[in-house]
Amino acid sequence: MGVTQTMLEAEQRVSLRAGAREPARRRRKRKGWVPYVMLSPLVVLIAAFVAYPVGSVVYYSFQNYNIVEPFLNGFAGWSNYSTMLRHDPLFWSSLLFTGKWVVTEVVLQLILGMILALIMNEAFRWRGFTRAAVFAPWAVSGVLTTTIWLLLYDPQAGIVNYLSNIGLAPRGFAILADTHTVFWGAVLAELWRGVPFFAIIILADLQSIPRELIEAANCDGANAWTRFRWVILPHLRDAVILSTLLRCVWEFNNVDLLFTLTNGGPGTETTTLPLYVARQAIDNHNFGYGAALTMAGFAILFVFSMIYLKLSKFGASTGYRT
Amino acid sequence: MSAITAPAVRGMGGSGWTQFRGRLNSARLHLFVPLTLYLLFTIVPFYWMVVFAFRPTTSNHPYPWPITLANFKEVWNVLGFGTFFENSMLVGVGVLIGLNVICAMAGYALARFKFAGRSALILILLCTQFVPGVMLLIPLFVIFRHLGLIDNLFALIIADIVFQLPLTSLLMSGFIRNVPVELEEAAMVDGCSRVRAFLSVTLPLLRPAFVAIGSFAFIGSWNNFLFALMFMSSQNHFTLPVGLDYTIGEFSVNFGALAAGGLIAAVPVVVIFAFVQKYLVQGLTFGAVKG
Repeated sequence: MGVTQTMLEAEQRVSLRAGAREPARRRRKRKGWVPYVMLSPLVVLIAAFVAYPVGSVVYYSFQNYNIVEPFLNGFAGWSNYSTMLRHDPLFWSSLLFTGKWVVTEVVLQLILGMILALIMNEAFRWRGFTRAAVFAPWAVSGVLTTTIWLLLYDPQAGIVNYLSNIGLAPRGFAILADTHTVFWGAVLAELWRGVPFFAIIILADLQSIPRELIEAANCDGANAWTRFRWVILPHLRDAVILSTLLRCVWEFNNVDLLFTLTNGGPGTETTTLPLYVARQAIDNHNFGYGAALTMAGFAILFVFSMIYLKLSKFGASTGYRT
Repeated sequence: MSAITAPAVRGMGGSGWTQFRGRLNSARLHLFVPLTLYLLFTIVPFYWMVVFAFRPTTSNHPYPWPITLANFKEVWNVLGFGTFFENSMLVGVGVLIGLNVICAMAGYALARFKFAGRSALILILLCTQFVPGVMLLIPLFVIFRHLGLIDNLFALIIADIVFQLPLTSLLMSGFIRNVPVELEEAAMVDGCSRVRAFLSVTLPLLRPAFVAIGSFAFIGSWNNFLFALMFMSSQNHFTLPVGLDYTIGEFSVNFGALAAGGLIAAVPVVVIFAFVQKYLVQGLTFGAVKG
């Protein structure tokens, strides 16, 4: 698996930094109950709160299950699924919007994050401070991001008002209430919080490129672009492929921002599939139908991940790594 | 920046133009123009929130003057952010302690023992990364209702721990593997028990790991919104994100209070982040960044 590889790599990096110490490979061979006891809290928690719920989602998706209207509860057969696929236009429109949202966000975050990481990898004064400032939005929650961008976007009190004073925007223009601008309004807010993710991961990987490689490229007369294209980019390959996948999964599932910023609106303009699930669960208490939507989400994520890893030929690269 | 290298350029005694160009080059515009733009993009939104939080609600200057604490008093006492802050702290500290203890135990077992099912367990832990919290909202609600933990902060602590546990355990086992097992063996030769050897030799060496994992656990649970929204029903069990959402819904006109509440929610995590962000870049990346 990809994550293992990256983590192993990270460990190697850490152990190299700690003075090229050899990793202690000799594990104590005492077999017995001790490791199982130590692992039991982990195993119990994962079994009870991850494995069992995943199983029960499958079960609920075949049930009518509404905690507010318990008199209708019972076995439902495939009816949740057939409603979803045949009679629910919001399912298809939310799916389409999810795709648009994930692709836009991940592509823009990757490009900006890459540029930012390349800049932060240079030595300059105040680098520590700049790095903390530039990465800070990463630590901020989706709801807080909403709070901040609501203040910026407000037609009367926001920064938009200053823009219209100098003639850049129509007066009293509500970005989040207009179907033409709400998408980019939400994209910008999520970019603000999301770019540091790629910047941090790519920066970590940039710092692991051996200095000799760059020097050798310079000796061979590489300019900045060739150096980037033929030395740096191949080195980043696996980290970029993996972090892009993780980010797609994460942006797919992330609902905090849209839930609070646009509430899926105006109308249902910005409703993603998981946001639709959350709405079913929180507002309608329609757990059976919500579970069927969840299953659709699982299936899409699974198929997407498989195709993505296959097409990107993850791990099949670069002689000088490992 | 240019001040450092300017004398050298001047020393080369070029004309005004070359001198200017030399200065531009030494200032490395291709770095600083995009970086400055990006810094503005990052900092202006924070600044805007600070302005709203500290200026009177009647003012609309783009700077916080005259300065007032009225907004903070209102959110803290009237809107209940005092309680929300306390709840968020309780959950955050609970997660921090619980997660560190459990993942230290699991990490130690994974790092130092061979046992049947070890690689299967690692594979399962990695696969959990593809199981999102939102999708488990419904079954988790049902489970917590059966356990009688709805509207109880323990439900949040448990859920937050569970979703951060898999990767932090793997990270911790990596850290423990990097501590030479010989140190523990030496302590045991000197008469320590295995537990004592771990506690007094390995544990102190793991301090950076605990700090890093604890910080990210705290930030993660501090920011968790959906679980808190779903599992907490009464207002005196709300955490800060739910409180903020509530304020957005109820008092959308009072931007001063909203900004003050936002600032209260932002300061702890941003401060912690500023101190630990270097760990992120040192390769802790994947476990920590996953939202």
